[in-house]
Amino acid sequence: MELSRPSLLPSCALIFLALLASPWWSVHSAEDVVITKVDRRIDLTSHIVRTSASIRFENKGSSDTTKVLFALSSAQAERLAYLAAIVLEGKGKSKTQSDPLAVSQVSFQSAPRDIVLYSFSLNKPLKRGESAIVEVNYVLTHVLKPFPEEIKQSDVQLVVYLDNAYLLSPYVVKVQTTTFKLPRSRVESFTKLDASRLADSELKYGPYENVAAFSHQPVTVHFENNQPFAVIKELEREIEISHWGNVYVTENYHLMHGGARHKGTFSRLDYQARPSASGVAAFNRLFAKLPPRAHSVYYRDEIGNISTSHLRSDNKRTDLLLEPRYPLFGGWQVTFTLGYGVPISDFLFYSKDGQRFLDFTFGSPISNAVVDKLVVKVVLPEGSKDPVVSVPFPVEITHERKYSYLDTVGRTVVVLRKENVVPEHDVHFQVYYKFNNLALLAEPLMLVFGIFCFFIACIAYMHFDFSISKSSASYQARLQREEVADAIQRLQKVMNVRAAVTDKLDASLRDLARTGDVASCKAARKAAEATLKETAKEVKSIQEALQASSRAASVLLKVDSLIQKEKEKQDKLLQKHSLTVELYERKLSSKDIDNRIAPYQQKLLVLTQEVSDLLHAIDD
Amino acid sequence: MHVLLCIMTGRFSSRLYIAYAPLVILGTILAALVPVVGFNAVMTSEHFASFLVFVILHVTALVHYIKRILTPKTYRMALTMVLTIGTVGALTLVAILVALVAASPTKGWSGRSLSLLDPTYASKYIPIIASVSEHQPPTWPSYFMDINILAFLIPAGIIACFSPLSDSSSFAVLYMVTSVYFSGVMVRLMLVLAPAACILAGIALSEAFGTLTYSIKYQQIPTLSNEPVSEEKTTALKSAIDSSFKSVVPKDSNKEKTKVEGDEKVKEPVKEKTSKRIRKKEKEIAEKHVEKQVERKPLVLPLEASAVGIVLLILLGSFYVIHCVWAAAEAYSAPSIVLSSQMSDGSVHVFDDFREAYAWLRHNTDENDKVASWWDYGYQTTAMANRTVIVDNNTWNNTHIATVGMAMSSPEKEAWEIYQSLDVKYVFVIFGGLVGYPSDDINKFLWMVRIGGGVFPHIREPDYLRDNQYRIDSMATPTMLNSLMYRLSYYRFAEATMDGNGYDRVRRTEIGKKHFKLAYFEEVFTTQHWMVRIYKLKPSKNRQRGKNKRKTKAVSKKITQKPIKSLKNPWSS
Repeated sequence: MELSRPSLLPSCALIFLALLASPWWSVHSAEDVVITKVDRRIDLTSHIVRTSASIRFENKGSSDTTKVLFALSSAQAERLAYLAAIVLEGKGKSKTQSDPLAVSQVSFQSAPRDIVLYSFSLNKPLKRGESAIVEVNYVLTHVLKPFPEEIKQSDVQLVVYLDNAYLLSPYVVKVQTTTFKLPRSRVESFTKLDASRLADSELKYGPYENVAAFSHQPVTVHFENNQPFAVIKELEREIEISHWGNVYVTENYHLMHGGARHKGTFSRLDYQARPSASGVAAFNRLFAKLPPRAHSVYYRDEIGNISTSHLRSDNKRTDLLLEPRYPLFGGWQVTFTLGYGVPISDFLFYSKDGQRFLDFTFGSPISNAVVDKLVVKVVLPEGSKDPVVSVPFPVEITHERKYSYLDTVGRTVVVLRKENVVPEHDVHFQVYYKFNNLALLAEPLMLVFGIFCFFIACIAYMHFDFSISKSSASYQARLQREEVADAIQRLQKVMNVRAAVTDKLDASLRDLARTGDVASCKAARKAAEATLKETAKEVKSIQEALQASSRAASVLLKVDSLIQKEKEKQDKLLQKHSLTVELYERKLSSKDIDNRIAPYQQKLLVLTQEVSDLLHAIDD
Repeated sequence: MHVLLCIMTGRFSSRLYIAYAPLVILGTILAALVPVVGFNAVMTSEHFASFLVFVILHVTALVHYIKRILTPKTYRMALTMVLTIGTVGALTLVAILVALVAASPTKGWSGRSLSLLDPTYASKYIPIIASVSEHQPPTWPSYFMDINILAFLIPAGIIACFSPLSDSSSFAVLYMVTSVYFSGVMVRLMLVLAPAACILAGIALSEAFGTLTYSIKYQQIPTLSNEPVSEEKTTALKSAIDSSFKSVVPKDSNKEKTKVEGDEKVKEPVKEKTSKRIRKKEKEIAEKHVEKQVERKPLVLPLEASAVGIVLLILLGSFYVIHCVWAAAEAYSAPSIVLSSQMSDGSVHVFDDFREAYAWLRHNTDENDKVASWWDYGYQTTAMANRTVIVDNNTWNNTHIATVGMAMSSPEKEAWEIYQSLDVKYVFVIFGGLVGYPSDDINKFLWMVRIGGGVFPHIREPDYLRDNQYRIDSMATPTMLNSLMYRLSYYRFAEATMDGNGYDRVRRTEIGKKHFKLAYFEEVFTTQHWMVRIYKLKPSKNRQRGKNKRKTKAVSKKITQKPIKSLKNPWSS
């Protein structure tokens, strides 16, 4: 049922008014308005039946009228997916189209049964004696019945279509023609009437003149149609908005071949070797038009990626050629999931009152497919409020809540349901909602806080003492061990300081050799002596501390020898230093100096080696 | 085993006890929690050995304890007493156990474990175990493929373990030896070998690096005297990447005075490089022979040799990493159900036939239909096609598998009856003859015959072999050519091949029987590359046909008698 209603209340009122007015209509309609010319074209080339009828209404009554009626048989009305009408104005090349007319379903007591009436409200009232051309487009699904219902692999698919040779109308029709456009010229049979003829792939009825209101002349056409009968039994589209930059779309398909059922065996040999004579009604590819700049496209099913697909994209469009895992014969089914992401800037906008709105397509991107049951879920970001949906046709709207990663209050989901969806419904719809920008930061802040808490806990664990019995032996031992380790660490620090002193002394000696500046060398020695004295005190205190603790016994020996050796080394170094300086003062030749220093040097080398060995030993 | 060795060599310690006893108890309890294992963990004799060791361990622990609390004299007395009583008790216990074990036919050992101990056991007695490729003994290339250079490092590692034989190193050696034996029996147990191989190769590498870096580190002492030579060397070996080596360079060329300060600095990077083991060794040496530093030289290798050795080792290691990545990507992660091949233009062609077939089964058959195939595809069918299978990878019932094997090796009519009795609707076979996929059902067929024949003696392997050769060409036996497997695999195959001769690309031969029709099965789906062929059992023939004939005759008689009546209203009855 296709009713365009701006809001619920006016349409109710409209139907109410129509009901009130019905006696008047039934009396006057036949005389008031006359259809002077009808040209109907019925497109049977695919499995979706599209009819376009241009109807010229003429007002022969005494008063102006704003509404004209249009009728469909109830069988067709049941399968009606889409109905729209426009007024064509002007003639020849200056033809202009009006906006779509408002359509509403009306009912009359006087009208024959099995007929559903629709009323179009014209934009301008139709004045007395004037005429207007209204172009009506409607789409029917599942009206091509395969006959025979089951075919073999080698058979072609034949379908039967039932319609009326005349336009079903509450008005008298002066002149009318009906044309059926068929996919191929092969026609098994068609109802022969006077003025019916078949030319190539077009079947024409008419012109017929002065046909009474509600006249009915059934026609059947039995013809070959091998077009893919792609029926999507169920499609669930999930459109998830992420304000971090993308809109993610996930579409779950349950696809079926809606044509004549496959019977008997399937031979891959025949299918591969004779493609023109075998499985002509089967299809193994679908074409999908994705939004431009679509990225991260995936195509998979329950058991993994489906490797047969081709994606072509430029900056204007993204075309996807999908191949199901196997060719679909009549009645065969397959399920798959198609997903992609699009940049948010293409689909999310700000309205004038500061709200955000998503502007996205409603139907399936797969071309020429009927969707029996369509569910569109729009997942708004967490923290968005007051969603308002604007769809140009009636849909069932419900709300849900969805929880995803790191969600606390859940995301609002707007669910739109519609049955019997055809490509004509693939228009844009809008979802308005309010969203506070700060909510965007909620999840990162939550993560930051969580990690912060973790580190705080770690710090607390390291700094607090969690042992239960403070007096147990192992606990005491650990404390002492830590003490010893601490002392050793301090010792190493001091040793490092002392080693730095050694470095300085050496540097001064080198300077001396280069410049011969005895005074500065002496100064350096003085400074070194001072630091050594200071550090010696520290070393002593550490040594005492170690001696005091019982645990340190094992290392104590090494520590003692280290301290002793180190002291010795420093002494030797100082001696060497002073000797060198003295020798320089005596202005001896450098070779002589080297000879004199040599014994010290040897000893120093050995001592240094020992000290470093000891240090490493303590380390272990 | 290791524990036993330790006890025998007198290396018992409380550490050993703590490590082993809880492991046995906890391990057994945990294993018993797994539903499949259940009480098998304590009931079967495979686990008996570990419990025996457990008991011995406790006895040893007790002996040690008693030894400690008693004086030597009383201890000896107690020992003799306990020994006599204990021996008698143990003997009776062992006798009971042996009697119990001997009572069961396989002596309590399951087939899989028996084939572990005796590699020829499986092929002799249980074809189903032997039919799994994972249970075959591995080949040398597979060793090299799986562990690569580790194969050469392992012996070095074993030698390194012996040089100071400790508890842990003896354990590593034992672990290695046993796992090598097990992996030699079954390919699957290569998994057991892997960690052992890694450990030992790691030890070997670490030893090698240790020795080499060590010799570089102590190179300085001999080179002190001849500075120019060492400098020459350094320029020649500048390409060496070793960091410790680089730090040696400036120091060697420095004056004697800076020697002292440089020494400590240089030591740090060198230290970090050497392994812990080396450090320990050094410590010992440092403590003992502080003065005899120079005497460490015997271990020192020439500088060039060690530097080149390090470079080579690093290269070896990095090549191994590349090999590992390659093996992980190609051999281990490639799904076996999706095959791909390189086209001549370099693009990848994907053979996704398995999933194509499973998806077809999933969506286009009734939910309650049963599907029969060889058991290899049981799990796949269950998971991907969501259909009930007759046998799958965990079917323990040998007769069940044999039934399917028998059906596959029977002529069409018998097979149809077997499947009908199993309530099977669909049968599929894997066929690689068109595209050259070698692990298809025709190649597995001999196992089906063997397994089927193991339970049903009327299936005899020689019937399928011509002169002990398995062949499917015109020389094949009629039994072979009439078997269901042959017929389902090659149905209309000859027409599909280029020249119509039916050239099988896996067997590299022309098939024996080319044009035939199936009477009891009908082809319902074949995948793009013919790798999976699904057949449906034709519905059973109308058994009332004979009766009906008689009935129709009777009716026709009636009609001749009263023709007017029946013509008036033929549908009234």
